[in-house]
Amino acid sequence: MFGNLLIWFVIVPVLMMAGLACCGNSNMKAIRTVMVTGSIVLLAMAIWLVVSFLSLRGAGDTSEMLYMGSWMWYAPLNIHLAVGVDGISVLMLLLSAIIVFAGTFASWKINPLPKNFFLWFCLLSTGVFGFFISIDMFTMFMFYEVALIPMYLLIGVWGTGRKEYSAMKLTLMLMGGSAFLMLGLLGIFWHGTPEGVAPTWNILEISHYASIDPSWQRLLFCFTFVGFGVLGAMFPFHTWSPDGHACAPTAVSMLHAGVLMKLGGYGCFRIAIFLCPQAANELAWIFIILTGVSIVYGAFSACVQTDLKYINAYSSVSHCGMVLFAILMLNTTAMTGAILQMLSHGLMTALFFALIGMIYGRTHTRDIRQMGGMMKIMPYLGVCYMIAGFASLGLPGLSGFVAEMTIFFGAFQDADLFHRIFVIAATTSIVITAVYILRVVGKLILGPVQDEHHLTLTDASWWERLSTATLIVCLAGIGFFPNWISETISSSFAPIIAALNGVI
Amino acid sequence: MGITLPILILALPFAMFLILGLGGVKMSRKLAGVLGILANGCLLVMSYIVAFTYFFSGDSEFILDGVRQQVQLYDVTWLAFTERLVVNIGFILDPISAMMLIVITTISFMVHLYSWGYMEHEPGFQRYYAFLALFTFSMLGLVVATNIFQMYIFWELVGVSSYLLIGFFYKLPSAVSASKKAFIVTRFADLGMLIGILVLSYYTPTFNFLELTHNPGAVMASTGGATFMGASVLTWAMVLIFTGGMGKSAMMPLHIWLPDAMEGPTPVSALIHAATMVVAGVYLVARMFPLYLEVEASLLFITCVGAITAFYAAVVACCQIDIKRILAFSTISQIAFMMVSLGVARPELHDGMGYMASMFHLFTHAMFKALLFLGAGALIHAVHSNNYTSMGGLRKYMPITHWTFLIGCLAIAGIWPFSGFFSKDEMLAAMYANNALWGVWMTMVAGLTAFYMFRMYFLVFWWEENPHYKEHKPHDAPWQMSVPLIILAAVSCVAGFIPFGEFVTWNRLPYHIHIDWVGVAIPSLVIAACAIALAAWLYMKKNTKPAAMKNAFPVLWQAANRRFYWDEIYMFVTHKIIFNGICRGIAWFDRHVIDGTMDGLASMTQFFSLKIRGMQSGSVQTYVIWYFIGAVLLAAITWICLL
Repeated sequence: MFGNLLIWFVIVPVLMMAGLACCGNSNMKAIRTVMVTGSIVLLAMAIWLVVSFLSLRGAGDTSEMLYMGSWMWYAPLNIHLAVGVDGISVLMLLLSAIIVFAGTFASWKINPLPKNFFLWFCLLSTGVFGFFISIDMFTMFMFYEVALIPMYLLIGVWGTGRKEYSAMKLTLMLMGGSAFLMLGLLGIFWHGTPEGVAPTWNILEISHYASIDPSWQRLLFCFTFVGFGVLGAMFPFHTWSPDGHACAPTAVSMLHAGVLMKLGGYGCFRIAIFLCPQAANELAWIFIILTGVSIVYGAFSACVQTDLKYINAYSSVSHCGMVLFAILMLNTTAMTGAILQMLSHGLMTALFFALIGMIYGRTHTRDIRQMGGMMKIMPYLGVCYMIAGFASLGLPGLSGFVAEMTIFFGAFQDADLFHRIFVIAATTSIVITAVYILRVVGKLILGPVQDEHHLTLTDASWWERLSTATLIVCLAGIGFFPNWISETISSSFAPIIAALNGVI
Repeated sequence: MGITLPILILALPFAMFLILGLGGVKMSRKLAGVLGILANGCLLVMSYIVAFTYFFSGDSEFILDGVRQQVQLYDVTWLAFTERLVVNIGFILDPISAMMLIVITTISFMVHLYSWGYMEHEPGFQRYYAFLALFTFSMLGLVVATNIFQMYIFWELVGVSSYLLIGFFYKLPSAVSASKKAFIVTRFADLGMLIGILVLSYYTPTFNFLELTHNPGAVMASTGGATFMGASVLTWAMVLIFTGGMGKSAMMPLHIWLPDAMEGPTPVSALIHAATMVVAGVYLVARMFPLYLEVEASLLFITCVGAITAFYAAVVACCQIDIKRILAFSTISQIAFMMVSLGVARPELHDGMGYMASMFHLFTHAMFKALLFLGAGALIHAVHSNNYTSMGGLRKYMPITHWTFLIGCLAIAGIWPFSGFFSKDEMLAAMYANNALWGVWMTMVAGLTAFYMFRMYFLVFWWEENPHYKEHKPHDAPWQMSVPLIILAAVSCVAGFIPFGEFVTWNRLPYHIHIDWVGVAIPSLVIAACAIALAAWLYMKKNTKPAAMKNAFPVLWQAANRRFYWDEIYMFVTHKIIFNGICRGIAWFDRHVIDGTMDGLASMTQFFSLKIRGMQSGSVQTYVIWYFIGAVLLAAITWICLL
């Protein structure tokens, strides 16, 4: 069991928690040592995984998932701890590792109770990593819940503003999604195997049987898609996002918007579409309408917000709407674009929230009306904010452009009027995004200094520079050399597309 | 030709951007300036070598049986959307891209040199050179694009370089809002272009220019006769792609960003907003010209947009006070000239002369308009104001600026033997050949051009000396600024004699330019001369005629001065309707209806749980009552069922 590399993605965060438990309550040095070592190990593992995955693929290993492993956990219900990765999950693991790394440095001076903060932070990471390596629906769901619960405490204790309200709202809404999801998963478990075969939780096995009755598929598709869609901030289940993000501490916002919201999109295609392909073909239009609305609606809402975090949360609604929208186009190009958008949005929002946290930590306000001219006061952070903004509005050379263009060109392959209208509506978001990004940049970063007191503030410290620079390098990396990532993703979609076509 | 030079042409400015952008803070101003200028000098030399090899080597790779070839020196995969739809990054060498290499690197080098003097005392000097390098890189990438998607990529990049440079003085709110406006308006136009590309690539599955333009009939056939609202989808695609060009080239009604873009440093206006980036729209149409020919309705659209814009901008330019804005409107008008010329070009009319003339004018205009802008920069540098009201009588104080500026004005007014005469003459001839209406209309615009340019010239250099000169005596600019002026003035004097038709034509066959003196040249010269004479009569010496004229038509003057209220209309639509109406409406809806529902659910749950909680009061008597009610109900149900 321990010979499997994937298992270590769960073990390392658990070890980090054990290490943290041994540290003194306010021994910052020991806590930081544990966190930095752990996150570097995770990052190294993720990079190693990507490299070895690509070389295995290059060597001609065409099996659906690599690094497969399965260990019986609870025999009466046939629950396994089953792991395996394809190109998409490998990239998601890398994304998570990068954001955990950047998040560690972004919360260098967390206060109060640093030890407890990082404990919960590691538990959250455990859940995220566990989710991406699982191919057993039950353990996947379990890790999903493990990732959600710490949010409540992280926001409720270390947050700002109306933190109790927001923490409660976020948790309850996501739990509501989980309830749908649980129903859907149970349905798939009971109906996923043909007569005479014991029910299984294993995603690959269920997809090979392809024996879910179409009438059941419709119900289960809706349950699972809505369940994951809530986490993907799908209209009208997105309202946890603005409040939750606004009150969450920096690193939590980073991890939540950067990775946790991706769990939603990932689940949507890995479970909802992959296992109920026939229903996906029939019912995608319902969710195309909802996600299409998300894209434009989120962007318009972001235009009038005055709180930096609200702007970003609404912008996330728009961008994550794009992810689900592209997944629902049900063709390789658009779905590849969706994964690119997940990566891009993950890195970009993490960068945004890190920067907002840093600015807030100095000015103690997030209201753009009370700030201005940050470029003069803190040029490094100002430049980073502009780069994040350019990534968000889809500037070529940064990852957002690649993702959006892949989505648009993929989505345009469906020639009927319904799809055309929604794709063109989605493309308008590139203009609206430019409007709200430049509005913030113009008010916050450029222009005259608004508040005399801000003149004494300092620019980024070394840990802040490290955190932001890592993210920027990744954004530019995808933006400049998109093709290897795009190929890795699109080849991994073959089984899903096959499942979809098998029933057309 | 090897690929080393073409690769370096793109790599060098990008490397300069990175070096100056990342290391600029640590560099001295002098080092940054020298590095920027040297790198740009190298770039100039390399581009000239490439372009001259292309035009003059006579290599069969470049010219075969008298036809200049279109060569893709390299073309590497950047991103594959599908198996057939692949985005490449490449380098195409053909007459128009070679010509643009010369234009861009020449003007860019002049501006680099000029800025050394002009920006000497500005903070952020290193950043300025970094942005110039970024712009040069993006613009070069745009013109050498082998496919429409590469062009779109660099199209966005020139947009952002323009944004960064307009907002260079980022502490000024006016510069910030001008840069924002420029970016958003062009972004809106680019949305049209993106949709156009989506439509085109859906039918043709290729982005490549050569595949698209070498067989336009096949492109038309690949759409299978599909139509949308009465027009073929190809027409839609080409018109939508052109809207991108309308944004960048500031055609009506997307012109509103360009006058505001003058908030940027003046050398930037010369480089980006006069000579290179704003002609990207013209270049785009020229690049895809065979496809536009395939759907003539789109060419008619281009002609109409150009003709209206040219006249509008010329009228507005007559009533501006800020000399940079006069030049900005003159740029809009001149680019519209090029658009009309492209729009009227047909293979059967003088072998598609309109295309050649448009490219010729692009070339000469780049030189004399950069000259005029750099001259305006020297004036602003000397008197520290953009308005002609602070100038007047400057010819004695600034002789170099005066003479070079005069040459620029003569060139743009189309006076023989300056360069503008030749290109404008060819354009007008092409317009008359298509339809006398276009010819007469545009000749009138040419007359207006001569009038407003000389109005500015006389008001700045003649009129009456400004009393402020006694305290602060204006003088000619330092050599870094004068040298580019003199070089560009020299080019403007001789560029007209270049046998341009030998190099650039739509079918890449040589075309022999001849001037139609009687039909076109003499009438337009006479009109231009009259306009100049009128301007001299009105503005040479201080008098009250201009004021009297203004008072005679106050409404008209006011309207033209306010640019016919386009900005106000945009302001109303964007702020009142979109921002206050739609955005605020949606935000309110989100908070109160959607989120209100969620909160309502929570309150409802709480309400019911409070009610139910009352049942568990701990008082035994209540429990007994509930017990009895339950028992009776159960008994009743059982009894009913048994019956």
